[in-house]
Amino acid sequence: MNIIVCVKQIPDPANPGALDGNNALKRDGKLILDESDSYGVEMALQLVDAAGGGEVSLVSMAPNSETAGLRTALAMGAAKAVLVSDPALQGSDALTTAKILAAAVQRLGGADLIIAATESSDGYTGTVPEQMAEVLGLPSVTFAKKVSIDGGVLKADRQTEAGYDEVTCPLPALISVTAGVVEPRYPSFKGIMAAKSKPVDEVKASDLGVTPVGWDGAGQKITSVTQAEARAAGEVIEDDGEAFGKIVAFLEGLKVI
Amino acid sequence: MAIDNIWVFAQVSNGAPTTASLELVTKAHSLGGSVGVWVAGDGSAVAAALGAHGATKVYGVDYGSNLAGAAVASAMKSVIDAGDSPDLVMFPQSYEGRDVMSRLSVKLDRTVLTNNIDIVASGDSVTVTTPIFGGNTLVATTFTGGAPYLAAFRPKSFAPESTGGAAATVQAVSVPDLGATGTAKVTAVHVEETTGPKLDEADIVVSGGRGLGESAKYELVEQLAKLLKGAPGASRAIVDAGWVPYSYQVGQTGKVVKPSVYIAAGISGATQHMVGMKGSKNIIAINKDKEAPIFGIADLGIVGDVHKVLPKLIEALQGR
Repeated sequence: MNIIVCVKQIPDPANPGALDGNNALKRDGKLILDESDSYGVEMALQLVDAAGGGEVSLVSMAPNSETAGLRTALAMGAAKAVLVSDPALQGSDALTTAKILAAAVQRLGGADLIIAATESSDGYTGTVPEQMAEVLGLPSVTFAKKVSIDGGVLKADRQTEAGYDEVTCPLPALISVTAGVVEPRYPSFKGIMAAKSKPVDEVKASDLGVTPVGWDGAGQKITSVTQAEARAAGEVIEDDGEAFGKIVAFLEGLKVI
Repeated sequence: MAIDNIWVFAQVSNGAPTTASLELVTKAHSLGGSVGVWVAGDGSAVAAALGAHGATKVYGVDYGSNLAGAAVASAMKSVIDAGDSPDLVMFPQSYEGRDVMSRLSVKLDRTVLTNNIDIVASGDSVTVTTPIFGGNTLVATTFTGGAPYLAAFRPKSFAPESTGGAAATVQAVSVPDLGATGTAKVTAVHVEETTGPKLDEADIVVSGGRGLGESAKYELVEQLAKLLKGAPGASRAIVDAGWVPYSYQVGQTGKVVKPSVYIAAGISGATQHMVGMKGSKNIIAINKDKEAPIFGIADLGIVGDVHKVLPKLIEALQGR
């Protein structure tokens, strides 16, 4: 069982986001593994274990040859990675990103299963996994919250507006997994040391034969960026044991009780 | 060219178009031109309701146990290839909407802009507005390249309005051979029963977060919601922790709510959460940390322990 996980390295969400001069999200500082992707990495490791053999590989796209986030996933137990790092990719839309990641998957020779998060925590376009499935001609199960593989067939519970659907799908396939689907392991000290020497194959968009990319390939142009009307803060009080009364009075004032 | 042929991907629940779908149909109608609406099944049962909101045509696709993504996108592509090509396709920001637009985007080699809250058409140009950084900043993006333009909209971006239009004409579209992409099949459907009003339609929403400390304390949130005839909600943190089902989640990746009153109990106010509830008319926040971002948008903020404030509030309301 060979599994490829799509991972994104993002600016630390604990810091406020900012835009650069091209109105792209600033990514010049240290990048970390998107927490949403740690669930996919964990699930891949568990599925490979359950299958009794195989390996987990990573594909990622990032500026500046950044590998800090990839090393975290390698330390968890992934074997190797393909990193597409190319200044020409700045400004790429989700469709170009999907084509690039699909080409990186093919560079690895494909896999039995490809796993992605449902969306990244920084750009959250939320279309890349399903776009990749279409580029690769694969069936897909998006928003999977429980996954198992039995005899070459994937079974998943897929989140719906009303509850969930049970879905079956033959391999090879692509799935996107929701956060919380498994409990991601913490990398061990041994894992962190081992990750330093694991292979990261760094390539350019041109190596993958995908054109056009970046701003030129994007079917969109940002025309303005404005501040939304701010919502003013109201009264803030410290609870002295009687603050519930304030809430009751507030609700009465609104005539909802 | 103008934007005069618009498609909307709509969803049907309990035999009626969802509110989010009617919002998009209404908006599409206001942009002018004809409005073709895509639905699962044969489409005849919803032709009147969709027509009343401005739809001129309904495309019904019966895709059986297939997932919507590959099936509906392939059906749309077959109609486009046959010469009926839209200038714009509008999708709800939903599970099904996201799958269909992603597949269609690759089939047509067109970009797709998601998470939008507004759209303006001018001549043959289309510009959408997307909130980022928790809604503090609005980005306007214009499609470049050729139509069809693909765009997805967050729920409650537009108001559904009746236009008094006649029932839409119905065209059945069959699903082309999907090859490998059609091998994922739904084998069972589970509906999670909820009592009381639906989270995204409730007039009062009470949400709980990590500040509740443990999953058993979520009961306080449910009790308060019930007393106020509202719906209980949750932050992503406690959904990820498995305390409550995903369907309870309010936020960027969950439901968008705009109730009269939103009570946030033990929620700090991560960007992910705020984007889903900052449109509420009145916001009450209870949190231990007086620096919590939620107080920046609350009309009434209580700096205190939810374990002390909520039981007293519940008792006071029970006594009324």
